[in-house]
Amino acid sequence: MKHYDVVVVGAGPAGMACAINATKHGLTVLLVERDDFLGGQLIKQTHMFFGSEKQYAKTRGIDIATILKKELLKQDHVDIMLDTSALAIYDDKVITLLNHHDYIKVKANAIVVATGASEKVLAFPNNDLPGIYGAGAVQTLMNVHGVKPGKSVVMVGAGNIGLIVSYQLLQAGVDVKAVVEASDSIGGYLVHAQKLRRLGVPILTNHSVKEAHGATALEELIIWKLDENFSGIAGTEKRIETDTCCLSVGLKPSSEMLRQAGAEMTYVRSLGGYVPYINQNHETTVNNLFVCGDVSGIEEASSAMVEGFIVGLTLANRFKNVPNFSVLMTDLKTQLKDLRAGETGEHIMKGIKQIMRGDHHA
Amino acid sequence: MLKKTGYQEKEIVKKEFPPLKHLKKGPKAFIECYQKIPCNPCTTSCPHDAITIKGDIINRPKLDLAKCVGCGICVYNCPGLAIMVVGQADNPDYKTFDIPYEFYPLPNKGDRVLGLNRKGEELGMFTVLRVLNNKRQDKTALVRVKVPNEFLYDFATIKVGEDNE
Repeated sequence: MKHYDVVVVGAGPAGMACAINATKHGLTVLLVERDDFLGGQLIKQTHMFFGSEKQYAKTRGIDIATILKKELLKQDHVDIMLDTSALAIYDDKVITLLNHHDYIKVKANAIVVATGASEKVLAFPNNDLPGIYGAGAVQTLMNVHGVKPGKSVVMVGAGNIGLIVSYQLLQAGVDVKAVVEASDSIGGYLVHAQKLRRLGVPILTNHSVKEAHGATALEELIIWKLDENFSGIAGTEKRIETDTCCLSVGLKPSSEMLRQAGAEMTYVRSLGGYVPYINQNHETTVNNLFVCGDVSGIEEASSAMVEGFIVGLTLANRFKNVPNFSVLMTDLKTQLKDLRAGETGEHIMKGIKQIMRGDHHA
Repeated sequence: MLKKTGYQEKEIVKKEFPPLKHLKKGPKAFIECYQKIPCNPCTTSCPHDAITIKGDIINRPKLDLAKCVGCGICVYNCPGLAIMVVGQADNPDYKTFDIPYEFYPLPNKGDRVLGLNRKGEELGMFTVLRVLNNKRQDKTALVRVKVPNEFLYDFATIKVGEDNE
């Protein structure tokens, strides 16, 4: 059985950053990725990122994936397994992997789970009609495979993903008929909303989907106004003819593997779902089991990347001495604090406070 | 209202807009970044130190109108596409707007394109004066549009290939 200092599960921004920092400081690392490419969701992001230069601000997400990939492939002590699913984590830090039909066991001193998140769905009659997609699927079709998902689209959800994917749909030549948002205000950054609105896309807050109609695929969507309890108001129905509906109603951490590994978990709404209790270094209640990125709370890719760098550095310093550790760590922690400033960040910080070990065990 | 609808009210646009007396001295950036965002490429990209973010990165950028020369570098470096440059046109009845544009096909110099306001309502057909799309801009083109003075506080973007004439 092969033995690594660190096995990282998931090669999105968090997992890649973690692997880079761990191996850069001398650890042997295995990076495992279910997909057949590195970069995770970054490769679908054609928009420029916010943040500062340290998180590659103003660079497009897809190009950040390339930057991280180049950095990773420069390192000597990292093995990468694509097309490989991590199956389970055992007490002795043995992790089992499935690569096509090969079942592989690997031993690690530490395991980092950076499995990201999955999309939530919205329940309404006929939501299983062809033509109704998650926003991630639409991005994959458009930006990975170059396939237009439909002629027109109604976007459900005005968070950052809903707004950004709507803009990308416009760029692909799809008629975005409306962005429908259940809450009373736009959840995503307003600059993204301004970009859509000035191109004539109505953003309908306090609205949701009542039902979908279509013989064999989506033909029309009925939307309606919601009252303050998020119940539909009869008589406010509007009919929108469309062949595509895109759901962008939030993400939930893909944290199942952590529960299986015995990490103590809790449900935190502001972090998107079930997340592990962690300490300042993102270590779970299981010794040498770490997390970074969306799996421990839904945030931006920039924060996921910085978290990855933090975990990688923490591990490097745990198993090998990193001479300028505290300088490097202070810089990373400051970056993360800056990214979490402001309204959205406050919301996230409240959630993180709930999972910080110490608070929980006190 | 911006948080509900996605567009800024005209009164606020007017208030934030570079004052006309400054525009007489040369083109100026107009930053429409109304919300606190952890983001700073506008300041780091400005070669004239005209844009500053005081304190934390989350704070809104501030433009020094005296230092701004209207070069447009911030326009394609802003991840939110929230900056444009406004300048005097040859004809005193018009202004020029340099806007970020990320749609294909790009317009050509001399084209007549549909002007839109912040709500996406049609303002009329306007002339394209210049299109810049060099490698440094990383796929965000800079399109200069000639806009009648009456739409100074309305003009927000263009649609190419919509023939309304």
